Amino acid sequence: MADLINLIENWIKNLLLGWGASAGLTGFILQALGSVLVVMVCFAIVIVLIWVERKLAGRLQDRFGPNRAGPYGIFQSFADMIKIFTKEYVTPAGAEKGLYNIAPVLAMASVLAIWAVFPFAVNVIGADIHVGVLYIVAVGAFGILAILMAGWSSNNKYALLGASRSVAMLISYEIPMVIALLVPVLLSHSMKLSVIVEAQEPWFIFVAPLAALIFSISSMAEIGKAPFDLLEAESELVAGYHTEYSGMKFGMFYVAEFLHQFTVGALITIFFLGGWTGPMAVRWPILGVIYFYGKSLFIYLVISWIRLSLPRIRIDEMLDLNWRFLIPVSFVNLVAVAIADRVMMEFTLARWIYVLVMFGMNMFILWAALAIAEKNDQAVEREEFPPRPVAVPPGVDSK
Amino acid sequence: MVPIIIFGLSALITLGAALAVVTNKNILHSAFYLVLAFAGVASLYVLLEAPFIAVVQVLIYIGAIAILIVFAIMLTRRIGSDDLIQRNAQWIWAAMGAAGLFLVLGWIVYSVNWPVVTQIVPEDTITILGQELLSTYVIPFEVASVLLLAALVGSIIIGRERE
Repeated sequence: MADLINLIENWIKNLLLGWGASAGLTGFILQALGSVLVVMVCFAIVIVLIWVERKLAGRLQDRFGPNRAGPYGIFQSFADMIKIFTKEYVTPAGAEKGLYNIAPVLAMASVLAIWAVFPFAVNVIGADIHVGVLYIVAVGAFGILAILMAGWSSNNKYALLGASRSVAMLISYEIPMVIALLVPVLLSHSMKLSVIVEAQEPWFIFVAPLAALIFSISSMAEIGKAPFDLLEAESELVAGYHTEYSGMKFGMFYVAEFLHQFTVGALITIFFLGGWTGPMAVRWPILGVIYFYGKSLFIYLVISWIRLSLPRIRIDEMLDLNWRFLIPVSFVNLVAVAIADRVMMEFTLARWIYVLVMFGMNMFILWAALAIAEKNDQAVEREEFPPRPVAVPPGVDSK
Repeated sequence: MVPIIIFGLSALITLGAALAVVTNKNILHSAFYLVLAFAGVASLYVLLEAPFIAVVQVLIYIGAIAILIVFAIMLTRRIGSDDLIQRNAQWIWAAMGAAGLFLVLGWIVYSVNWPVVTQIVPEDTITILGQELLSTYVIPFEVASVLLLAALVGSIIIGRERE
């Protein structure tokens, strides 16, 4: 019972080998089954998450949320799913058929591909490659490409505008995200996700809280939801890059977005919250899987809470936050952590002193950065516009 | 057997996409075919057991260069139409140059006695790579970073608003 997943894996393996399948074929079938399982779990989670999210949004906004289909509206997502499957696909006139149809698939694939390398428990690990962190960053590029494809091929000005905003935002927020990711890599001396998880004694959120903060902010921007939802701002761009999509093609963008948010929760869990680690997780690997998904869900809900509470930021504020605050702070943080880690390696310090020094240093950098930012902000001159007259009935001299 | 099939497929995809890049009349389609060609090259690196190079190929060529190309095309007016003129008066010289380059490269590929390592590729190549870059090859590494910094500063100066 303790090692349920490997138990089932060995059972299938012996079954296949007993049927006379070669070792190579058995390995291939098991890997294929594993990846299908990971993807299916992702989809199953998304169905539940959409309901949770809508219910939570309802409660936070002082309304009920879905409450018609089933008790507490728990079947709402299933009803939506059936509805979206039966909807008509409308391809706008003048759209580039090929790119238009590939874009939602690519958006979905770029999020699912990240799950390939996750360590789910002490002995349940996806592809445990040595360049895991780089792989995660690289695969994210396909998501940006999908947005560009969707925006351009729709033959719609709003979609194109949404897509061009995405480049300004997603690419520039990738810089602090990657720099912040270097900190756990540096602390664990590896880019292998399983090693990063096992190196977290205690969790890296205590050793490198500033990197965790920067990573959270910039990956929230990468999701492209509020407060960073400039690429699909409803009040400005209809629905941004997926304005022209309908039916399941829209559904794939929608699910990809939800799954991306959950994936960011999983990434924060792996890099800063100890992944699958927890009490008894080594002896009972199945507990590790539960811890992993539980922590990811917790981060998911925190992100939802933040994005439901904050209004959309303006495009200039969005760029200012990134280029004038996150990027310099993340570079300073990386250099400081690197130096402190190396210096403290020379002295054999107790682990708690090491953590305390790191935590203090991070907090100091954060405080200093905020102080500098506040000082600079006062120096910015706001452009003053003369008051504009309100609406005047026609025929009346507007002077 | 399986690696040879995968190699054949990715080589076919890479070359087909590369051919489509130059023959396609729509420049945006060419750009997306270029992405496919880059992805094919990345899969070749995976087959060569060079995961770091493969991931960096995706990260830099698809994640940065291709997106920049697509974005530049999208921002340029009337370039995304299907009636793009694909040649100018100098095409004959360009063709001769390309053919010459192809011949030189082909000659090099056939004449050089490529070193073959029989031992198995170590599993953790990236640690060795990092240590080599920061010890044996530290000067080229630093020179490359200074070069990139200079390019960065230059682009800021070009893009800066004139007073």
